[in-house]
Amino acid sequence: MATPVASIVSGGVSKFGVREGLYGRELFAEAAKEAFDRCSNLDPKRDIQALFVGMMSESYEHQAHVAPLFLDWVGLLPIPAFRTEGACASSSVAMRTALFAIASGMYDVVLVGGVEKMTHVSTTGVTEILAMASDFPFEQWHGISFPGIFAMMAVDHMHRYGTTEEQMARVAVKNHDHGVLNSKAHFQKRITVGEVLSSRPVAWPLKLFDCCPRTDGASCLVLTSPRVAKKFTDTPVQIMGSGQAQDTLSLFERQNFSTMNVTKLASQQAYKMANVSPEDIDVAELHDCFTIAEIIAYEDLGFCEAGRGGKLIEDGVTRLGGKMPVNTSGGLKAKGHPVGATGVAQAYEIYLQLTNQAGKRQVSPAEIGLTQNVGGAASTGVVHVYQRGD
Amino acid sequence: MATSTLTTQEKDAFIRDENRTILPIVENFYKFCGQGKLMGVKCQRCGALLWPPRVVCPKCFSGAFDWIQFRGKGKLLTYTIIHFPPSQFQALAPYAVGILKLEEGPQLPGMIKNVKLEDLRIGMDLQVDFETALPKEWPRWARYFFKPTS
Repeated sequence: MATPVASIVSGGVSKFGVREGLYGRELFAEAAKEAFDRCSNLDPKRDIQALFVGMMSESYEHQAHVAPLFLDWVGLLPIPAFRTEGACASSSVAMRTALFAIASGMYDVVLVGGVEKMTHVSTTGVTEILAMASDFPFEQWHGISFPGIFAMMAVDHMHRYGTTEEQMARVAVKNHDHGVLNSKAHFQKRITVGEVLSSRPVAWPLKLFDCCPRTDGASCLVLTSPRVAKKFTDTPVQIMGSGQAQDTLSLFERQNFSTMNVTKLASQQAYKMANVSPEDIDVAELHDCFTIAEIIAYEDLGFCEAGRGGKLIEDGVTRLGGKMPVNTSGGLKAKGHPVGATGVAQAYEIYLQLTNQAGKRQVSPAEIGLTQNVGGAASTGVVHVYQRGD
Repeated sequence: MATSTLTTQEKDAFIRDENRTILPIVENFYKFCGQGKLMGVKCQRCGALLWPPRVVCPKCFSGAFDWIQFRGKGKLLTYTIIHFPPSQFQALAPYAVGILKLEEGPQLPGMIKNVKLEDLRIGMDLQVDFETALPKEWPRWARYFFKPTS
């Protein structure tokens, strides 16, 4: 195994869902309080040296310049605070930025997080705000919605590999099954393949239950240099590998619509850095913004061959109890997808899993974990590999 | 400013440099659409065919291009039917969008019209056509769209 880049010593997420009347700052404070309360050796004011926070859009709350705002609302003025934006991967980019800060030797203890407050905006409004992460003159201008972009990937995957709508539906069913075990998930309700298939069409072949909901939520982690981690906990989770890549903002310029090159490239970097291979992963949180995205992620991460993702979900390999459980938190589909909060919320689930704190959804053994988070039409992709550090 | 010599009497409204060359930019692409022409650019140094036009060639970093007109014919690579559209497209739903691969090579996304939704197939022949009505507010771009080959 390689040397860790940084250690997770604590974490917190707000309850995900429709959080009526709460603002992003309050959700972030809820997440941070959990992280502070979990770590009795941490004195936030004394120990934390910087904040890195991801948020996609100012449009939801008419609020820009959120880094100092969120910092203030968790009581950490006047340390430096940085906001990153990478659409749905905003807080994974924040996490990488935090890793650079730690690896540089500049900081030993930092707070990293993500926030999005969405549900007070209408579905149409959210559709438009999310569409801002696609290309304006060539996608938005021609009426191509975000579900439409992933639907075009799905149609290509179905045509190229014979992937079926039923296989995609099984991703939603699995993640809802997992969400039932997560009290912080947006949905704690099982659904059936039939319900997914008969839900109303959004962008054929994607139906309503193939799509993640709009959700309010925030997430955070306390990251330290590996050198000081044991001052805060006996059971840190080590971040062993980190990768990021970019692709065209638009789907149309790519040569293959059935793959997300950013996931391939980011995972290759992360696997190499951590000195692990796909078969070493015990538990993973993947970016299931639409059901097809989880199937494509299996393939790009090397969990199976290209074109075999539909079979992998069908065979139950990625269910809790299967050989490689994916999205034990409920994933974006059932836990919810407060866009900016998602990347760090994925890392939080892996932190719980690798410290045996995942309760009814605990995977065993859980030695090595992985997160994969993409932004926009997979124009940004971030992968992290984790190992339990006790 | 390069455009300061232009007068409002210009027959066309293209954005040009000081040598009167039509700049290889998105705005000019859509102005050509207003004339019923689907245009891209060819890099003068490496010959790369670019759509949409860009001001820097991503292959060789040259900034010198020639505009070229595409025939506007190609095959459908992938598509979807949008049932839940952004608000400004609500009146059109359900409608089809897809990605067309032009005979000349470049790929472009757009709306597919004049076709029964159930007749859409990957690989079908489509051709580019243009809307004649311009939007009243920015951006005043004429939309191109795809339709079955006549």
